[in-house]
Amino acid sequence: MKLTHIIPLVSLATAVYAAPQSFDFKDPKGVNNAVFKLDAPLESINGSASGISGTVSFDPENPAATTGKIVVAAESLTVPNPMQKEHLHGANWLEVTKYPEITFEAKSLANVKTDAGVTTADATGTFTLHGVSKEITVPIKLTYLKDKLGSRVPNLKGDLLVIRANFNINREDFNIQKGQYEDKVSPTIDLSLSIAGASVAK
Amino acid sequence: MKKTLRILALLVVLATVATWLATGADRGWTKTSKDVKTLDEVTGIEGITHKPTFIAGVDFLTLGFGGAAALFGSSFFFRKPNTKNNQTNQTNN
Repeated sequence: MKLTHIIPLVSLATAVYAAPQSFDFKDPKGVNNAVFKLDAPLESINGSASGISGTVSFDPENPAATTGKIVVAAESLTVPNPMQKEHLHGANWLEVTKYPEITFEAKSLANVKTDAGVTTADATGTFTLHGVSKEITVPIKLTYLKDKLGSRVPNLKGDLLVIRANFNINREDFNIQKGQYEDKVSPTIDLSLSIAGASVAK
Repeated sequence: MKKTLRILALLVVLATVATWLATGADRGWTKTSKDVKTLDEVTGIEGITHKPTFIAGVDFLTLGFGGAAALFGSSFFFRKPNTKNNQTNQTNN
């Protein structure tokens, strides 16, 4: 075999090996969740959202190249008090019928550190809430679990990617009751994301 | 009627306090569900499910006490039966 034939084959093999995997975050087990907390005088308002979907492109050999988009269905946001939930979904707060999705689209990673399948980094991307998009940087932790998909979903082979992120946003940056009720509900919203995505082996 | 309303007000207060105590004496807002966390052993993620549960909060207490106060207050609009006058009238007849 001539050298001119080998070079493209080696390049192709390397490209296949190094190709990033696509992880689907629509979790069949339904454990993926986003938790939010707002301080309030009587009791902090704690809630969660379970309607999570999206895809992330992750290369275990090059975690710094990770990109992707996570979508949270605004309708899935819930709090234990029914009246608070009604207000949260309503016209004065999130307007979930008008703005049905809360998204974060990661465009680049910085300060990437990887150790034993665990990568920590600062992800910069566009966060969209209540129809307002803003570029933010959030610290994230990526845990790559090779060949673990079968342990969660029988009859499927593949890998898992767990993403965890804790950060906060200001509701006023997203036109949510700007300058209103600051004595009753904190303008700062603490967010915590714990999600797992699957990449099925082909 | 006066007495009935006052007894009813007392019963409302007792029922409110009893419900609040029985559901955990929560000092926050009333809740109709409780978060139950389950650990996914493969990913280490704590999944959250919402179990329908009634937990009476301070707004429930306020509503109960307010209702009782309204019942008690309305009892003042009813006059006590004047038994003395009735007896005098019967004697004169």
